[in-house]
Amino acid sequence: MIAAASTVIVLGIILWVILTSDAWPAVQRQFFSWKHFKQSFPDVLAGFWLDIQMFIIAEILILAFSLLLAMIRSLRGPAFFPLRAMVVIYIDLIRGIPMLLLILLLGFGVPALQLQGVPSSELFWGVAALVISYSAYTAEVYRAGIESVHESQRMSARSLGLTQVQALRYVIVPQAVRNVIPALLNGFVSLQKDVALVYVLGVREGLRAANIYNHSTFNYTSYIVAAVLFLIISVPVARFTDWYTERDRRRRQAMST
Amino acid sequence: MSDAKLQICSVSKAFDGKVVLRDVDLDVGAHDAVCLIGSSGSGKSTLLKCVNLLVDIDAGEIHLDGEVITDRTVNPNDVRQRMGIVFQAFNLFPHMTVLENITLGPVKVHGTSRDEANETARALLDQFGLIDKTDEYPDRLSGGQQQRVAIVRSLATRPELMLFDEVTSALDPELVAEVLGVIRKLKYEGMTMVIATHEMGFARDVADQVCFLDNGVILEKGRPAEIFRNPQQPRTRQFLQRIVEAGRL
Repeated sequence: MIAAASTVIVLGIILWVILTSDAWPAVQRQFFSWKHFKQSFPDVLAGFWLDIQMFIIAEILILAFSLLLAMIRSLRGPAFFPLRAMVVIYIDLIRGIPMLLLILLLGFGVPALQLQGVPSSELFWGVAALVISYSAYTAEVYRAGIESVHESQRMSARSLGLTQVQALRYVIVPQAVRNVIPALLNGFVSLQKDVALVYVLGVREGLRAANIYNHSTFNYTSYIVAAVLFLIISVPVARFTDWYTERDRRRRQAMST
Repeated sequence: MSDAKLQICSVSKAFDGKVVLRDVDLDVGAHDAVCLIGSSGSGKSTLLKCVNLLVDIDAGEIHLDGEVITDRTVNPNDVRQRMGIVFQAFNLFPHMTVLENITLGPVKVHGTSRDEANETARALLDQFGLIDKTDEYPDRLSGGQQQRVAIVRSLATRPELMLFDEVTSALDPELVAEVLGVIRKLKYEGMTMVIATHEMGFARDVADQVCFLDNGVILEKGRPAEIFRNPQQPRTRQFLQRIVEAGRL
């Protein structure tokens, strides 16, 4: 009750200050024009639909590929050393490179090679760059999850005669994934915005469409349209993440008492 | 060549320079129960884990049915399929039901069909009074029930040898008997077993041979009557004296 009242008062003051300032009419014209909102909306929405498609495809690939990386990294024994080393090098390299650089490098660089049998679409390589980059981070999330499962579980599984890979597949990973779902959801929110980075390749996704509209009209409302569309997706995901994390925390507490 | 089921020959093991097992020799005959006693840190657990190849030994050899199992060329998974081990902390898989816990090994390792594995698991659960827990998750069971499920899980792969690592140490006192009862039943059925335990009364009843470990060495071994009534070593006498004082024997 007090929280609601104080929120209304604070927001009211901020709005009043903004709306009565001298600059407001110009700001409204440039950023919040209803005419430009309506005019740019169809193109930006069409572009945004491509963002969503890229997001879904990339996320599925990231979840699968990074899990594979994390599993390889947690294999033990000297026989697996080369594989483990390759994964570590991959993760270190990719995490150390700006994602935008990777998108430009692959998105423009690979098609320019004009190799036989290799896709030459900027869209394909843009998404590939996102998958390559995000997988390095997500693999570390999975790895934290794998390490959070007590060693005795692995020992138990091995004592039944399961191989390392079977122990990971049936015993460790199912528990690990459950432990890192909040962190994975966090990655969802982040990727959902970062797909817009492929706009630098000229792919006509939402941000690009807003950008084109801005260039032809010198009005910035189209960016606000894009921002609203991104928020419509990312805010619910963020709220869901919080809700899920909280529920999970309560369950664990209930279990440990 | 002895005809022992399990032979431990001069096994030594050190962790980071700290000696945990020193020149341990032990023969376990088929259908025999051998109890390992001794204070915590004496090497009982490590010895069991060495037999199960969960811990690599530094020196010596371990034979199962006369064949070396500690050689690098032996696939540890093949060896582990022939023996079961049960731990102090139960270690059931929390994301699987009791039935799934028990059938994982038979289905994935031994290639048993799902139906057959389920049938075997149900028969075992029935035999050990756990049939009504078939579809429960482990966190719904008492410690004693969890430990009995863990034993059934090991038995489901039809082991030739069972290893018990202080399986009652984490249990409330009133739950100890039900777990020891399961082991007695196995002894009666002729299972070969190596049992690390602090339950001296149980060791005296069930063991064919008792070994007293102290600082990684088997100081004394013999029939339970000899060890408990007439220990030869001062350290054994001291250890048993403390157990008696604690009212555990």
